[in-house]
Amino acid sequence: MNGPQYALHRVHGAEQDLVVLLDEITTRHAQDHEVLHVARDLRGWSAEHIAVLTDHAADRGIRLDDDTSGPGGARRLVAAAGHLLRRPDPGILLLEDMHDLYLAASHASLAWEMLAQIAQAQHDRDLLGLTGRCHPQTLRQIRWANTMLKTLSPQILSAL
Amino acid sequence: MSPDADPPSQVPDGVVQPWGTRSSFRRGEPWPVRVDQYLTVAEPEVERWVSSASILHSNGDGIDIAVTGGRMVGVRGRADDAVNRGRLDPKDRYGWQANASPDRLTRPLIRRDGDLVQTDWDTAMSSVVSRCRSVLEQSGPSGVAFYTSGQLFAEEYYTLTTLARAGIGTDHLDGNTRLCTATAGEALKESFGSDGQPSCYEDVDHADVIALFGHNVAETQAVLWMRILDRLAAPDRPALVVVDPRRTPVAAAADVHLAIRPGTNLALLNAIAHELIASGRVDEQFITSHTVGMEELAERLDDCTVEWAAKICGLEAAEIRRAVDLIGSAQRLLCTVLQGVYQSHQATAAAIAVNNIVLLRGMIGRPGCGVLQMNGQPTAENTRECGADGDLPGFRNWENTEHIAELAELWNVDPLQIPHYGPPTHAMQIFRYVEQKSISFLWVSGTNPAVSLPELGRIRSILGSPELFLVVQDIFPTETTELADVVLPAATWGEKTGTFTNADRTVHLSEKAVEPPGEARSDLDIFLDFARRMEFTDKDGGPLVSWHDAESAFRAWQRCSAGRPCDYTGMSYQRLRSRPLRWPCTDEAPDGTPRLYTDRRFWAAPDVCESYGRDLVTGAAVEETEYRALNPDGRAILKAAEYLAPHEEPGEQYPLQMVSGRTIFHFHTRTKTARAPQLQAAAPDVWVEMCPDDAVALGLTEGTDVLVESPRGAIRAELRLAELRRGTIFVPFHYGYWDLPDGAHPPGRAANEMTITDWDPVSKQPLFKVCAARVRPVPAQDSP
Repeated sequence: MNGPQYALHRVHGAEQDLVVLLDEITTRHAQDHEVLHVARDLRGWSAEHIAVLTDHAADRGIRLDDDTSGPGGARRLVAAAGHLLRRPDPGILLLEDMHDLYLAASHASLAWEMLAQIAQAQHDRDLLGLTGRCHPQTLRQIRWANTMLKTLSPQILSAL
Repeated sequence: MSPDADPPSQVPDGVVQPWGTRSSFRRGEPWPVRVDQYLTVAEPEVERWVSSASILHSNGDGIDIAVTGGRMVGVRGRADDAVNRGRLDPKDRYGWQANASPDRLTRPLIRRDGDLVQTDWDTAMSSVVSRCRSVLEQSGPSGVAFYTSGQLFAEEYYTLTTLARAGIGTDHLDGNTRLCTATAGEALKESFGSDGQPSCYEDVDHADVIALFGHNVAETQAVLWMRILDRLAAPDRPALVVVDPRRTPVAAAADVHLAIRPGTNLALLNAIAHELIASGRVDEQFITSHTVGMEELAERLDDCTVEWAAKICGLEAAEIRRAVDLIGSAQRLLCTVLQGVYQSHQATAAAIAVNNIVLLRGMIGRPGCGVLQMNGQPTAENTRECGADGDLPGFRNWENTEHIAELAELWNVDPLQIPHYGPPTHAMQIFRYVEQKSISFLWVSGTNPAVSLPELGRIRSILGSPELFLVVQDIFPTETTELADVVLPAATWGEKTGTFTNADRTVHLSEKAVEPPGEARSDLDIFLDFARRMEFTDKDGGPLVSWHDAESAFRAWQRCSAGRPCDYTGMSYQRLRSRPLRWPCTDEAPDGTPRLYTDRRFWAAPDVCESYGRDLVTGAAVEETEYRALNPDGRAILKAAEYLAPHEEPGEQYPLQMVSGRTIFHFHTRTKTARAPQLQAAAPDVWVEMCPDDAVALGLTEGTDVLVESPRGAIRAELRLAELRRGTIFVPFHYGYWDLPDGAHPPGRAANEMTITDWDPVSKQPLFKVCAARVRPVPAQDSP
């Protein structure tokens, strides 16, 4: 596996993890309507990233398949703090999901960073263009998770 | 019966001819005076005329109330008022009669053994205060919330803001203005750094192109439409561009009417901007000197061709081009925006896209040029200014510690007492917190959420929750008072004194004309009583709310507004008695300010701006450091978002798109207008509009009794054939249940039985105009 291949798989896997996590979030928090609708829109970005990555890789004869970090996707990557509570509170679950989303999107962002760097180093305009189009959306996913956590946590934690 | 009153045997004047007769005028000439009047007594019997302004829409028309024997007996438009030059909206012509309705709430009510029973003020207020105290003890300030109106006066909002934010210390204060004006405010913050209507109504007199986006001005601001009609009747008429899925009276008068597919405003607007840039019809010099963000904007819009938008919006590319040509060749372009944008998909991004067009063309701060981001309610602007709607008073920035320090000094409290750890909680989130039971005390003033919020089944169960203590302050029994623990009877327009500000920053003083009925009290007196009983103090032990009546409350608000964009310091009750004034009104601008940004100086510098901005798709906050880097000199901001498909698209089961909206004859949930006989007779019951082709396809005809259904609920309505785009239906949102004999109307009557719970991530305004639906005849066994 060469450098660009490695980086492509890393980004691809991180985006797949994001899709899994965003699907879980929309299921778990369907009654938090802003979370539901925006998470679906953000999932659309990640799904689009996966599609363009897969196409791009296929053009170079690389097959991107399942690169997720396994069952549970991104959730496995982070330690859930749910064990602090005897019963999981739906509000706390939402905060933990935003926390996990922040980290999962950060994983993706770092992977995009690597991909952009190798594209620069190898003068790969196509790949550089692709990262230039997609990476900013990953950064927006991170910011959304941060904003939601910041906005919701005072009320949820006050009520605990 | 005086000669002014409508003959009893005929359909009344304001109904048959809502916009009256034409008095055309040429560009830049003064709009001719036409005094409309409606009296129920002969004119010589009128003892006093009391000056006021309209409370049944956002236009702010100057009105005199006629009084005889301590009763209101009619109204007339004020000839000397620049807003209406004597004209009356049909709602104002007749709506005042509701004040004297025998249905008025005249005594406080309290729930005893499940029923609301009459009580006295002391008992009612003691109960409110004791529950508020116990919730504060148990849950702290985050257990207490306030949901107010767009129809109180500035003095009342400022008092409520002070007691909620500095007294209780809660972040949970919003108004029903969230449903009508939140996107307008947010779009102005994003483009100009701070809220503040850039233009004024006189710009109609000068514009050569007026572009209305989702703004059925004929029915929402009838007098402004009279003004436009009078310009259209002149030989040098302006051209009209109208974007609306319905052929409204405004669309019918348009030079170009784009009957857009609901939910796709942003695609169209991005394409218009793209085309203006691509064809060089932009003001390069203005853009370079007065804006930031052009490069990113152009990049973002790179693919947004007219052909691309035509496909998404269900329009012909050629008709979009005709609109672009008018907008691109205008010498004086005035754009207006209302609920067709604000209550639809990607609301804030689309409202900003209109600002972008104005900025790209350098059309701001000159007569006839600019943008009017409208609102729906008479005093919505004041909730924004006074901070009763999820903003902080004086358009202050909750993320700017200096701004919080100013408020703390003004109120003489510790800055920590004023919540600023996050944006003030918006209405939909307040109701979510009630649903989750982390808010258990909710005080609703002057609004009827049990009919006006989306997805009513959900809202009713939230408001009816046994854990919630619900206080409702209103003038009539409503669907919401039915669910209350305590009901407080309020005085309304004409029964109290105070100021309010219309959609073009004009401030009117509305004087008390008659006594309120029974024991009803002004909202101000109720809030002051609450503050007294709660013993809110400042940090030196003095009373937090140190004012005692409307005029002293106004002076307190003036101090709070000092030095901010909405500066009221040059006004006084005495000055407002001689004429209305537009803010900012200061020692330097004692006669007020018709247009903002004439000097191209915006309230956008990092230290003064109201907001650092948000991501237009996700709503995520832009950090202060980023904003400082982006806009150190406080220029106007060009900002664009990508178009996304609406969150609820029509499909096999629900193949139609429903939009809700207003009729000219009613306001809100009809609590006042249905009690004015002429208005009630003009539009007595709910209907659904559909185009003839869709009706034929479904085998339906005019007048059929139909069921309108969405995934969330249904209503029964009469079918009307109308001109609107195929696949779209329209339902007026005014109708609820209070005036039905049994209080019910299965399966339903309120449009919001069907609407989706979804809101714009930036402005948090609910999206009432993105709803999949279907229509079928009422099954035979259900027919009467």
